[in-house]
Amino acid sequence: MNLGQQLNETTQPMPTAAGQYLTFILAGTEYGVDILRVQEIKGWDTATEIPNTPEYIRGIINLRGTIVPIVDLRRRFHMDAVAYGNTAVVVVLKVKRAGGERTMGFVVDAVSDVYNVTVDQIKAAPDFGTSVSTEFVKGLATVGDKMVILLEIDQLVDTGVATAEKALPIKADLKRRGDT
Amino acid sequence: MPVDLSQFHQTFFEESFEGLGVMESGLLALIPGNADPESINTLFRVAHSIKGGSSMFGFTAITEFTHVMETLLEKLRSDECTVTQGIVDCLLQAVDFLQNMLSGVKDGSGHDADRGGRLREQLEEILENGNRGRVTASSVPKKTEAADAGHAARGWHIKFRPYRHLLTTGNDPLPMLRELSLLGDLDVSIDVSRLPRYQDLDPEACFLGWDLMLHGAIPRTQVAEIFEWVESDCDLEITPIDGNTSQANAGLSGEVVPIQPEDPAPHASRFSAPATGPAPSAVEAYSVVERRKNPSAGDASSIRVNIEKIDALINIVGELVITQSMLSQIGEDLAASKIDKLRDGLIQLARNTRELQESVLGIRMLPISFSFNRFPRLVRDMSQQLCKKIDLTVSGEQTEIDKTVLEKLSDPLVHLVRNSLDHGIELPEVRKACGKDETGRVHLHAYHQGGTIVIEVADDGAGLNKAKILQAAREQGVIGEHEALAEDRIHELIFQPGFSTADTITDISGRGVGMDVVRRNIKDLGGSIEIESEEGLGSTFTIRLPLTLAILDGQLVRIGRHIYSIPLVSIVESLQVAPKCVSRITGKGEIYKLRADYLPIIRLYEVFNVVPDSERIESGILVVVEDDGQRAGIYIDELLAQQQVVIKSLETNYTRVPGISGATILGDGTVALILDVPGVVELSRNFVPVGFRPDTHEAVVRAA
Repeated sequence: MNLGQQLNETTQPMPTAAGQYLTFILAGTEYGVDILRVQEIKGWDTATEIPNTPEYIRGIINLRGTIVPIVDLRRRFHMDAVAYGNTAVVVVLKVKRAGGERTMGFVVDAVSDVYNVTVDQIKAAPDFGTSVSTEFVKGLATVGDKMVILLEIDQLVDTGVATAEKALPIKADLKRRGDT
Repeated sequence: MPVDLSQFHQTFFEESFEGLGVMESGLLALIPGNADPESINTLFRVAHSIKGGSSMFGFTAITEFTHVMETLLEKLRSDECTVTQGIVDCLLQAVDFLQNMLSGVKDGSGHDADRGGRLREQLEEILENGNRGRVTASSVPKKTEAADAGHAARGWHIKFRPYRHLLTTGNDPLPMLRELSLLGDLDVSIDVSRLPRYQDLDPEACFLGWDLMLHGAIPRTQVAEIFEWVESDCDLEITPIDGNTSQANAGLSGEVVPIQPEDPAPHASRFSAPATGPAPSAVEAYSVVERRKNPSAGDASSIRVNIEKIDALINIVGELVITQSMLSQIGEDLAASKIDKLRDGLIQLARNTRELQESVLGIRMLPISFSFNRFPRLVRDMSQQLCKKIDLTVSGEQTEIDKTVLEKLSDPLVHLVRNSLDHGIELPEVRKACGKDETGRVHLHAYHQGGTIVIEVADDGAGLNKAKILQAAREQGVIGEHEALAEDRIHELIFQPGFSTADTITDISGRGVGMDVVRRNIKDLGGSIEIESEEGLGSTFTIRLPLTLAILDGQLVRIGRHIYSIPLVSIVESLQVAPKCVSRITGKGEIYKLRADYLPIIRLYEVFNVVPDSERIESGILVVVEDDGQRAGIYIDELLAQQQVVIKSLETNYTRVPGISGATILGDGTVALILDVPGVVELSRNFVPVGFRPDTHEAVVRAA
């Protein structure tokens, strides 16, 4: 475990950021997620839409008997929605949330590669005001001559699902007012 | 002890709790003065098993307590004492306390030692009185036992005479003595009187005996535990030092106590064989599946399944394997000529699958007697408390119901029965005055009806007092001053939160919390509750529940390209819309005139913000649903098949979605959402005709 040793020896502020990353393409940019969080990669098929949910929730699919929600990452990042081609895949990730781990799928344009990323390859994300909000970004990694945006996957969904959940009390409020 | 016994704790607890249930029903069946000896035997066996088990696992308090119970039961068994109401009451309390102690040990929370002490005193008092005037001989061993059961302040005198074959059983006295010396100061004197002459000596036999003086306040069970594996292979006597001074002195002075080798000492092994473990005889033949990994976890994670069910399951799996191999054989070289065979195989596969599904679901099914069994006790205790005479009858207790449903059903049922006892059945003198039998009757009845289980709680008491309910409802402002209500509407009132007609609040009921909770619990299980009541003749509460929570009968419906499943239980009827019956009410949406009723129309596509085939109401279908007595028409494009669906949770990986109760997987592998009918009705009431945008909602809230 070379990487593990390096992790222990260095006292960088982001020691957990190093490791193996699975990368995928979204609108020409390469994004990486911690490979230990990846449960599987499956081809993109249709999903059953759920009414009254945020737009970026594509719906739910049947993953061998379990209901798994699908997040459209393009929409999550407020990019232009496109019709998915045949390279489009669902990356199924384990997402940690308060109250336990969840399995969620993320539709991306295509999967790319797996990289070993060391700590000194990772730079903190500047506030570069692109379409990606920096709260989801763990850092930027330079691999060869390419730049990979490493995503903080828990953040990504936490904010997303939190928004959906926040809607419930509002609705309840509404109801109570409606009744009286 | 060298063997890790903790792995058996769970079994011990399960068996003990089951045993306590057996004891309770056995005690309730005892007729004072004329007890069936077989049922006393059963009680004794259970007490004995629990005592044996607990002493093996070192749960001293339980052992000591059950010991006293056992002694009393032994007296009853040998007719030295007759069963009286007092004894039964006391034993029932003891059973309760034992339950309390066992759960205390199980989750480590301990128990109420004071209560235990009091109960034990009571039991001992009964023992004492039962002996008085009887043969005096029986009171002598009793005293010793009672003293034995407790702590000896000064220590124990242990007379240990192994039989000759002890060593061949794999036991060795030496480690036992060593173990004893760890408990406290140990004086050992050896008894060599049985040693034969040298030429007769058998090196594999044990001729030695020991007299041990163990000093210190050590619980008896702790001492007994050390000998528990050998007690059938030795004569053993454990007496408190202060209880037998002469022997103690003899031992202390280090003299060898002469012992007759022939001494049979038939009563020596007084605490009888706990090593045999809890006796399974009192319990039905069950096998245990899904043994939980964490013994401290809740009861919900373990289930006891009848062995027959498992056997049936294994059979079906066997069939399935055969079908599978047949199909794969056909698949290996598939020719057009084999199509028929393939079709047959597939039919067989379908049948196997269905059978398998049914029997797997059957595993979760338990007879409702698990829930009903607690009621004889409840009725007995409460009728004493209320000074009423009440007979409880139960029928259909073998009706099977899903374990989850059963667990959640218990509290509502208890509440209903308590209500019947408290409010329903009148006092004996009142009943007499009304020309009824003094003894009131409460009847619990369960049966299957279609895909549901029906449970009735019926009493022949006073029935619901409509005038009183109406008056209370007016006083509490639930209904208007002069509002007139139909009979069933009046009965409905008792389900209102906080509604109570009780003149006095007792600790049994009358606080007005309850019926609303009962109804909510039952609704949460997907069921319904109805009341039938005749003033002066009694009331019947009928609960209807789905057999299982995992499967639901659903009507698949389509809107545009979306497929939803509506639970069949909520559907009243489906109809083609006649445009002349639709009327618009400004600001309130559309109303449909169905016969004499007016229903609000819910355009599901609007609520769910999806695109329908057509927005013209006459081209679609109106599904009339009922919830809570309120009807509504849900407008959809098309009715599809009716299908049993397996409910999958959305919350596992996502979150709760308003209007949706779950999801299910259709035959083609795609997912369909299951409508939550009350949720949809509510959504439509606050329908905001824009997509999901929290800021919009906030704006609406502010505006409202």
